[in-house]
Amino acid sequence: MRRFLPLEWILASRFLREGIMQTLLIVTGVSVGVSVIVFMSALLTGLQASFLSRIFAAQAQVVLEPPDEVARPLRNEPGSTFLTISVMPSQRLRSIDQWQKVLALVQRLPGILVASPMASGAAFAVRGEVSKSISLMGIEPERFYRIVDLPGKLVRGTSKLEVQDILIGTQLASDLGVDVGDKLRVVTGAGANVEFTVRGIFDLGNKGVNQRNAYVLLHTAQPMIGLTNGVTSIDVTMHDVYRAEDIAQYIATVSGVKAESWIKTNADFFSVVNSQKISNTAIRLFVGISVVFGIASVLVVSVVQKSREIGILRAMGASRAQILRLFLLQGAIVGFVGSLIGSGFAYIMLGFWLAYARRPDGTPLFLAEIDTRLVLATAMIATVSGILAALLPALRAARLEPVVAIRG
Amino acid sequence: MAKPVLQLERIRKSYNIGTAVETEVLHGIDLSVAEGEFCALIGPSGSGKSTLLNIIGLLDRASGGRLSIAGCETSGLDDAELTQLRGRSIGFVFQYHHLLNAFTALENVMMPMLVERGFPSDEMAGRAAMLLEKVGLARWKDSKASNLSGGQQQRVAIARALAMSPSLVLADEPTGNLDTASANAVFELMQKMNRDYGTTFLIVTHNMSLAERCQRVFEVVDGTLIGDRHGKYRQSAAAVE
Repeated sequence: MRRFLPLEWILASRFLREGIMQTLLIVTGVSVGVSVIVFMSALLTGLQASFLSRIFAAQAQVVLEPPDEVARPLRNEPGSTFLTISVMPSQRLRSIDQWQKVLALVQRLPGILVASPMASGAAFAVRGEVSKSISLMGIEPERFYRIVDLPGKLVRGTSKLEVQDILIGTQLASDLGVDVGDKLRVVTGAGANVEFTVRGIFDLGNKGVNQRNAYVLLHTAQPMIGLTNGVTSIDVTMHDVYRAEDIAQYIATVSGVKAESWIKTNADFFSVVNSQKISNTAIRLFVGISVVFGIASVLVVSVVQKSREIGILRAMGASRAQILRLFLLQGAIVGFVGSLIGSGFAYIMLGFWLAYARRPDGTPLFLAEIDTRLVLATAMIATVSGILAALLPALRAARLEPVVAIRG
Repeated sequence: MAKPVLQLERIRKSYNIGTAVETEVLHGIDLSVAEGEFCALIGPSGSGKSTLLNIIGLLDRASGGRLSIAGCETSGLDDAELTQLRGRSIGFVFQYHHLLNAFTALENVMMPMLVERGFPSDEMAGRAAMLLEKVGLARWKDSKASNLSGGQQQRVAIARALAMSPSLVLADEPTGNLDTASANAVFELMQKMNRDYGTTFLIVTHNMSLAERCQRVFEVVDGTLIGDRHGKYRQSAAAVE
């Protein structure tokens, strides 16, 4: 007996060792449960991260735009009744009113990573006899690259933009037959006709985007689309992507601009992610419950088997509280040890997954890794669940009358 | 005479109280045992002697009457206080030795002290080793309880009963499960402990020849104490004082 160990620990560990088969069975049960939970969580977190990174490859989490224009009929004759029919006017290309103020306000909000202004409009990219319609996007590179990782998506060239430089997608480059260093002409509806040098060619993983998006400096784009010093939108990203809608609504309320979050614009996708989250939670919950019942049922049997020992201990002067702690501790030990072994299993399963679940080109389907915090949290939850599972058996053991217990 | 260690006044015990099948199994037992006495409690099966022993051992509560152990009146004590008094003042030796099989002989003897203090210590191990030596099991102290013979287990149980230096040791058929030679050895060991430590013993037994070797013999029949006589026991040192 180790001197620093309390009675309850000494008894609990000996009892568990004495019934080693039972202990192994229940620890295995807990391990399997925990490994399923940890493995699934890692997989689904990886899957979601992969989905989200694809979504945000070319898109901000919240986009601020000028509010829609509405027709406002004048009513200036008091006492008279009007019957009005409003016709939705066509939406002109307009700047966000006092966009610097809005930008500063958004930047100050808690949880915001970066806000980046953009002036974009329709244009044609022309080379020789070929002309392709594009979205001309004027950006401030140092801000915008923190939202869309263009430098990381470059196939050729550089992402450094000068006044008459342009970045285009792979599809547009092949449509126009241009490469890095070649010239192309951009014509806009506002009458601008400017020659740009292709600085870089990117692949954002989406054919439409690779065909249409063309990035130039903000100051270059503004006059070309007829908005001197104006911007058409402000892109915003935040720490917690799932708070995008709340933050969008808040910005809309305080600044008066139109704010759309990715949750709204990708409603279908969001509901897929969400239902996946819910089913993941449900599976984890039910696995957790079955683990708790498993521990509880084994401990109930153990209380019956150990009733004679409980009686002897009670006769020696062991209190009900000591007996209660003895069985709670057994639950905690089983839960904790099971969670450690289970996390080990999860690492092995994930290793297999990453080794075998691959795309035809040999790269993993998506990256998944086990978060140490998840392992710690699972160990803690498993230990607490073990204690909870042990509660009923432990209470039963503590309530045993010594006379009854000794008789068995 | 030495002061009483155990005093029972009109102890009654009923089961199924308040129902149609209420049965009284002990009908007002008066009994007093002095410090250092070596007593037997005899009676036919079903006479209520085990029930009486459980009540004296604070494992069960009487339905009426007063019970004092080591000068402490127990009727007003709550469950926790009874448990504490039981741990400190009473040692038990059961018929089926009832050791903890997962532990060694030494650890079993340490257990009452461990229960009382919560953490093991060298002092406990020292006292347990001394007691095991006293019962002639020094060689076996590190053997698992389950690897000992019946007689050896019962001797460990006696050492364990003495671990807390209790005022009273209660033994329920301590030799009932042993062959004659072992039974005799165990009985003599209890007498030796009684002489050496002055510990009071109350032994429930069916074995009349053993009972006759006790200092006092109480006889219970049908829940009533019908006899309280002296046996042929050599007066113990403690009782003489």
